[in-house]
Amino acid sequence: MPQYIALKDPNRESRIYSARTVAAITVVLALLGIILTRYYSLQVTEFESYRTQSDSNRVKLQPLPPKRGLIYDRNGVLLADNRPSFSLSVIKERVPDFDATLTELQQLVPITESHLEKFQQRLKRRRPYEAVPLRFRLTEEERAILAVNRFRLPGVVVDAQLLRHYPQGELFSHALGYVGRINEREAFELDETEYRGTFHVGKIGVEKFYEQMLHGAVGYQNVETNAHGRVLRVLERYSPKPGVDLTLHLDIEVQKAAFDALGDRRGAVVAIDPLTGGILALVSTPGFDTNLFVNGISSKDYSALRDSLDVPLFNRAVQGQYPPGSTIKPMMAMAGLESGLVTPESTVPDPGWYRLPGDSHRYRDWILRIRGTGHAPEVDMKMAIAESCDTYFYDLGRRLTIDRMAEYLSPYGLGDRTGIDTTNERQGVLPSKVWKRDTLGQTWYPGETISASIGQGYMLATPMQLAVATSVLASKGKRRVPRLLREVNGEPVVVPELEPLQAEQQNWDSIYEGMLEVVHGERGTANYLAKGIEYRMAGKTGTAQVIGIAQNAVYNEEEVNERHRHHGLFIAFAPAEAPTIAVAIIVENGGGSSAATPIARKVIDTWLFGSSQYKDPA
Amino acid sequence: MGDYVRQMPHQGSADLARPPSTASRLHIDIPLLLLLMALTTYGLFVLYSASGQNMGAVVRQGRYFAVGYVILILGAQVSLQRYTRWAPWLYLAGVATLVAVMFFGVGAKGAQRWLQIGGFRFQPSEIMKLVVPIAVAWYLSDRILPPRFKYVLVSLALVVVPAGLILQQPDLGTSLLIAASGLFVLFMAGIGWRYIFGAMVLAVASAWPAWMFVFKDYQKQRILTMLNPESDKLGAGWNIIQSKTAIGSGGWEGKGWMTGTQSQLDFLPESHTDFIIAVLAEEFGLRGVLFLLSLYLLILLRGFWIGLHAQTSFGRMMAGSLTLTFFVYIFVNMGMVAGLLPVVGVPLPLVSAGGTSVVTLMAGFGILMAVSTEKRMVVH
Repeated sequence: MPQYIALKDPNRESRIYSARTVAAITVVLALLGIILTRYYSLQVTEFESYRTQSDSNRVKLQPLPPKRGLIYDRNGVLLADNRPSFSLSVIKERVPDFDATLTELQQLVPITESHLEKFQQRLKRRRPYEAVPLRFRLTEEERAILAVNRFRLPGVVVDAQLLRHYPQGELFSHALGYVGRINEREAFELDETEYRGTFHVGKIGVEKFYEQMLHGAVGYQNVETNAHGRVLRVLERYSPKPGVDLTLHLDIEVQKAAFDALGDRRGAVVAIDPLTGGILALVSTPGFDTNLFVNGISSKDYSALRDSLDVPLFNRAVQGQYPPGSTIKPMMAMAGLESGLVTPESTVPDPGWYRLPGDSHRYRDWILRIRGTGHAPEVDMKMAIAESCDTYFYDLGRRLTIDRMAEYLSPYGLGDRTGIDTTNERQGVLPSKVWKRDTLGQTWYPGETISASIGQGYMLATPMQLAVATSVLASKGKRRVPRLLREVNGEPVVVPELEPLQAEQQNWDSIYEGMLEVVHGERGTANYLAKGIEYRMAGKTGTAQVIGIAQNAVYNEEEVNERHRHHGLFIAFAPAEAPTIAVAIIVENGGGSSAATPIARKVIDTWLFGSSQYKDPA
Repeated sequence: MGDYVRQMPHQGSADLARPPSTASRLHIDIPLLLLLMALTTYGLFVLYSASGQNMGAVVRQGRYFAVGYVILILGAQVSLQRYTRWAPWLYLAGVATLVAVMFFGVGAKGAQRWLQIGGFRFQPSEIMKLVVPIAVAWYLSDRILPPRFKYVLVSLALVVVPAGLILQQPDLGTSLLIAASGLFVLFMAGIGWRYIFGAMVLAVASAWPAWMFVFKDYQKQRILTMLNPESDKLGAGWNIIQSKTAIGSGGWEGKGWMTGTQSQLDFLPESHTDFIIAVLAEEFGLRGVLFLLSLYLLILLRGFWIGLHAQTSFGRMMAGSLTLTFFVYIFVNMGMVAGLLPVVGVPLPLVSAGGTSVVTLMAGFGILMAVSTEKRMVVH
């Protein structure tokens, strides 16, 4: 077969090339068609959806949290305000080396493992370029350190936000309560819209009770942001409505007098203005620094407060239920007068003890232990109140019966919540036959009436209830729901009067006589209070047993464990002619009423004159 | 055997009769030049907006274009014979520098792509985008076309060596472009369809082993991200989500020059370089995209026209390959920004900011102009 020499055939090559060009153009057009289709589908078919996406990229609806209302005392002293607090945040996208930056920050400011842990959790839920908080409440010094090093730390920002602050700290802890970070349960219960952008809510006390007023109304703004989340301009704005400022009846000087007088003892003081029902002082000691709770208390601090034997978190003024002891005697006397069972002149023999007819058990008068005998052979009402004669009231109680006792005492507010504008109020116990059957499923024993008639046994009252009862005595029967809130945005809050306790004027006068004698009488149980006094104070001492004392056993204060000592109580109002303050005081394990009485003098002095020169009797 | 000069009977005589124009004396293809000028001007407008109204960036890019046009005109002056004469040496030098990069190269982000000589830094792989097609076209220009199997194999070897060297730098985008430019020469040379379809089948069949053994993790990640950008919203997917949003929200009319919110507010990354088409689409809308595609299409058609009228098989193959490579830039870039293709570092030709690709592309258009004006010179 002959070999052909292959030669280049230009025409054939050119033909093939033309065919390939046609093929290439076809492919190019087809692929350009695909590209065009893609752009058409993005820009025309799906235009709306991408436009929305682009707008939501750019335009952010930002909640504008309202400024929380401030709280003042009656003199305009700030009790709760909002302070700028500085937090340290990190924008991860802008940090070149994330781990190195964290390490560096740890060297600059204290950052604990728990900070890091919470930070990592927040980091998971962020959107790109969002500043994620790492540390809250930077100190001045920490801010300065961060400012100096800022040029080396891109992506690290220090933000300011308003944070609740309690300038008086522990002094008003139980009177105000506090705000704290919204927890999961609260987030579920609160109005999601109203609380957008708000991280704190009233947890307890006035802060919780008036949460709605203090919070205000949320505002919104539409802002244009760049990809880094920086706001470039505000497109629309609906301003938030700031929370209202509250002025309370509390008087910082009276509060301080009560707080200082209680000192390191456990107890409570409630002072009330009988004319208005306004609470002038509400102290429960020990207290705690409410500022600790605002941004999440550390578990160490919290367990210290929770586990303390002194239960500082417990608001004794409204939650503490104590046997009122002899402080109910004026009310008992009033019941006797009103029921006609006694007159101011009628007397009861007092051998130092009392015995129910047909029963050998002796109900002792407290005086028996001291004098070995009664207050006097015959005791009338004035003496019974002034010297706190138990025998007189044992007899009255027996004759009155427990049910009528409850009937006469309940208008003073005992056995029911006072309705004070704070949280966690307890109602105490005003026992009756029905009460015992319903609660304990037992029948009433006559001996229990005897205990009840001097405020022991089942009877329990909170210091708030005793203060309200004292206020009823002071105003001769006027009854009002006690209030902490005095003014809202400068407008006075008027509390409607409740149906008054109707009683004869002369009966009130008889009671007053006895109560004045307590302080001013020679044999009054709190007569040492009269030293240097420039006004007339009506009062009644009380002692509440913490543990039962066996028949014939002798209570020796020195020998009893400190926490088993008697509680000291005292109620008082002044000036007796036209009372402007009524107080109820309890000093836990104070040993007796003398632990409580000086506090009343200091508190009332301060209310009337602005200060107190009174010195505790040695 | 020298190049055969083809005479077109009806046209040739007219050409002979007419004195050569200034343009043809300067080896300039006027329609192509006008189209390129329109494209680069359009590109500068988009860049001004995409760079955040940075006049400096526009001036810098304008300078690159100026350099590019100078290179284009210089490249057009070189005769095709000279290109063929230089072809083997250019190729050997190119491969040598690629090997040098492997040992002495410098780079960033884990890729070794640059060669530093004194204060001058250059990227040998960029030059290979032209050298590889020149070498393959040179090798095939002497052969009878369509080339026989062994010539096809040699041509493939010419492509695979530099492409492989670049792939291991690693630079997938450039490697693909270089491979494509060489293979386009083979395609235009008329290799049998059975090779082409065979290669396609082989490519599909090797996808699995390539995925398992060849692709690096970041390359796999890019492919996965393209398939489902939502899977990595904050990371790699962010770019694609934002660029699709930019394109889509532009609609038909666009948001207006310098008022694209995606690009002006920094949502769009790489907005003035690889993702510049998203700025264009957002601000000028589909209308602007159509205008750009029209310019590109006219340039491509002019390139094919030059190829069809080329006098030598070298010129033909070069014209076809350069035109198709230009198209690959367009397709890959526009496809990746719109989420059709994985993200590879391929700029939008003559629009994206950057000097390297401008120089290479303009040099390529210089060769194309040399091809288009070859005929008349030879005849003259």
